[in-house]
Amino acid sequence: MNAASIALDIEIPFDHRQSAHCESGVIASLLRHQNLPISEPMAFGIAAGLGFAYLPFIKFGGLPLFAYRMPPGSIIRGLTRRLGIEMHFETFKQPADGMLALDQYLSQGRAVGIQTSAYWLSYFPPDMRFHFNAHNLVVYGKHGNNYLISDPVIDILVECDADSLRKARFTRGVLAPKGLLYYPQYIPPKLDLARAIRKAILYTTGMMLYVPVPILGVRGIRLVARKIRNLKPRAEHHNKLLLGHIVRMQEEIGTGGAGFRFLYASFLQEAAGMLGKPGLAVMADELTAVGDEWRRFALHAAKMCKGRMPMDYGLLADQLLDCAEREARIYKRLRAEIK
Amino acid sequence: MKKHEVPQQNAKAFMGHSKVLYALDEQGRYVPTPCNGWEAEEIVLDQAIAEFERRAAAAWRRARQGGGSALEYHMYRQRMDRVLLAQSTGFFKWRVRRHLRPGVFERLSDRCRQRYAEALGLAPTQLDVLPDQP
Repeated sequence: MNAASIALDIEIPFDHRQSAHCESGVIASLLRHQNLPISEPMAFGIAAGLGFAYLPFIKFGGLPLFAYRMPPGSIIRGLTRRLGIEMHFETFKQPADGMLALDQYLSQGRAVGIQTSAYWLSYFPPDMRFHFNAHNLVVYGKHGNNYLISDPVIDILVECDADSLRKARFTRGVLAPKGLLYYPQYIPPKLDLARAIRKAILYTTGMMLYVPVPILGVRGIRLVARKIRNLKPRAEHHNKLLLGHIVRMQEEIGTGGAGFRFLYASFLQEAAGMLGKPGLAVMADELTAVGDEWRRFALHAAKMCKGRMPMDYGLLADQLLDCAEREARIYKRLRAEIK
Repeated sequence: MKKHEVPQQNAKAFMGHSKVLYALDEQGRYVPTPCNGWEAEEIVLDQAIAEFERRAAAAWRRARQGGGSALEYHMYRQRMDRVLLAQSTGFFKWRVRRHLRPGVFERLSDRCRQRYAEALGLAPTQLDVLPDQP
């Protein structure tokens, strides 16, 4: 299994641009690499990446999953499907095969995206390493035994030794990457961006407003607000962990601020120009204002955890409800605008 | 959020790096803007790490007193819990729980040890070793 990795000396010219989120950042830069200029927010928006989910049956360290976006993998798939781009995906049973394939693609001069566990990447600051199996990055070369990496959430180009990268690509468990590597295989000469944008906005707003389960979309936000309001004051240690966990999912995990709301507002702004619909830009401004409220919620929750503010579950719940109501109004108007 | 409102509070966890937030420039256009730390994020990150450290220290004390195994300490040290360790080794949860008991852990086969070692990124021999400090 520990087959010695081949020492290579390859560096494929690659334009590294730091992004807010790993998946939208990787796919935008891989497409840019193939002469399809697309911004990260545009990639995120057309992928219909925005969402909200509260999944109490999936636990991390005993805490439920809160997601401010669609599941990992859906950004790349959503974007490429709506634009008619064909991707090549490859997974491996044996780590040695996966590393060999990576070396071969690099030798052919091809930069590839891979899925990894953030915990094992040696260049990550130690305090930022957690077991999250769906971190995406681009490998653009290899010097000796070190892979050259354009990690979209890191401000500079980095390197990772072969052993760490092998471990990161072949961790087991939920969302196990299985060595996944990918690159765009076919890009249609003409892309119908306007149509893709319309469909994506309808999909996202439909998902936020009308999915008939109480744990997703705007109803999910309301449910979380209710859960927070009903927290038992005597379980304060657990409650603080829960609130801290929500804030981390919202702000820390590469969301571009306010749980992807700013990223989506940026997409709406760009779409307004492209489609010639100034109404979308107005919605972008309103979503920005909701994002600011999400940020205030995060700051209050964090301060309450730290004891810099008196704990007030009702206040946090009210803030979330406010976000939910305002978002619902925005999504409804977006649908009217786009139809 | 406006560009000049993006917090720059130099979080030590970033180690001099910065991340990207989307914020509005003077013309009201969204631009990717670097952020080198924010109070709210720093608090909750410290909290998450402190929780793992608290559990690791408790496991260390248990192992010292013979009530727990070194494996449990290493599990929390590597920012895992029982569920995650079960997922990343492929063992059932009840087996992991059993393996975490001191008597059972010492009699563990080399193959099982290898799976734990691989999941935790440690050498199999390290799994029994409890450091002098938690």
